[in-house]
Amino acid sequence: MNWTFTNDRPIYLQLTERLEREIASGTLAPGSWVPPVRELAGKLGISPNTVQRAMYEMERSGLIVSRGTEGKTITEDTARIESIRQDLARQTLEAFYREMGRLGYTREESLRLAEEYSLPASGKE
Amino acid sequence: MQNIILQCRDLSKSYGGKMALDHVNLEVFSGRIVGLLGPNGSGKTTLIKLANGLLAPTSGEIRINGYRPGIETKRIVSYLPDKEYLNNWMRVGDLVEFFSEFYSDFREQRALEMLTHLNISTGDKLKNLSKGNKEKVQLILVMSREAKLYLLDEPIGGVDPAAREYILRTIIGNYNPDAAVLISTHLIADVEPVLDDVIFIDRGHIALTASVDYIREEKGKSVDALFREVFRC
Repeated sequence: MNWTFTNDRPIYLQLTERLEREIASGTLAPGSWVPPVRELAGKLGISPNTVQRAMYEMERSGLIVSRGTEGKTITEDTARIESIRQDLARQTLEAFYREMGRLGYTREESLRLAEEYSLPASGKE
Repeated sequence: MQNIILQCRDLSKSYGGKMALDHVNLEVFSGRIVGLLGPNGSGKTTLIKLANGLLAPTSGEIRINGYRPGIETKRIVSYLPDKEYLNNWMRVGDLVEFFSEFYSDFREQRALEMLTHLNISTGDKLKNLSKGNKEKVQLILVMSREAKLYLLDEPIGGVDPAAREYILRTIIGNYNPDAAVLISTHLIADVEPVLDDVIFIDRGHIALTASVDYIREEKGKSVDALFREVFRC
């Protein structure tokens, strides 16, 4: 695991967002075990308190579930995961339209361009 | 629960009329990894030496876990000086034994594991190790104690980036919620991800104490960037 963090925002927020994405995409599978705090902190090179805080936020939002002394797992609530996935998709699209708007494209033009680019994009890096 | 591990009240230290620390008030809590950040000559090493009793305050007081520096605090403070201090002719295994006899909280097994992991043999003489490995051995010895307060004076000063990373990960790997770690450095960008709180010290005065999250959230910038602003020449 080699996640990088930017300097301008708290690392726990960046870690929370990263974990949300990994859960939404299924990379972190429902019901799978989350590594212990200290192990994760060591791998990421960040303070255990930062990892702890991100875990607390993830538990609060229901994406990570505490299993008492055994540890923590990713939630098995697939409806909850799906709703996060849709939130993230919406955010991505909002950012897309915002950027295209800045370049002077209407929503229709943006959509048409997106259609056009969808095919070659899969073939190239 | 968080306890106050290190407390300074109106702590001052002067060397022949020159104030190295000027009425410093400060608290460090258990479970926190704290950066003591300031330019050269700002008082970092003086503060650390006061905390482990190598210097005596000119006025004010410093307490560790409630005690003034002395026999009680030496038991619970693990100190990494900013200079090489171990005898160069000793073998790594001798040093481990030495620490083991000297400190009742020394976890010998833990130290040996970490050394094995680095491919450093207990038969190696300190003087034959590279500078980076020497620093790693010193840090391993210091972090293998089950202390309440770790005072690390410039632990990543003279080593290459790979060794820095190893040292920082060793500090994280030995994290204990009952203990506090105080790391003095001017290499802020490197240690920033590991820190919970920071203390900015400037010519003997505390310029700022804050959590790293607070600085990033409120100022929208890294501790490193803020430091460069505060200490602009």
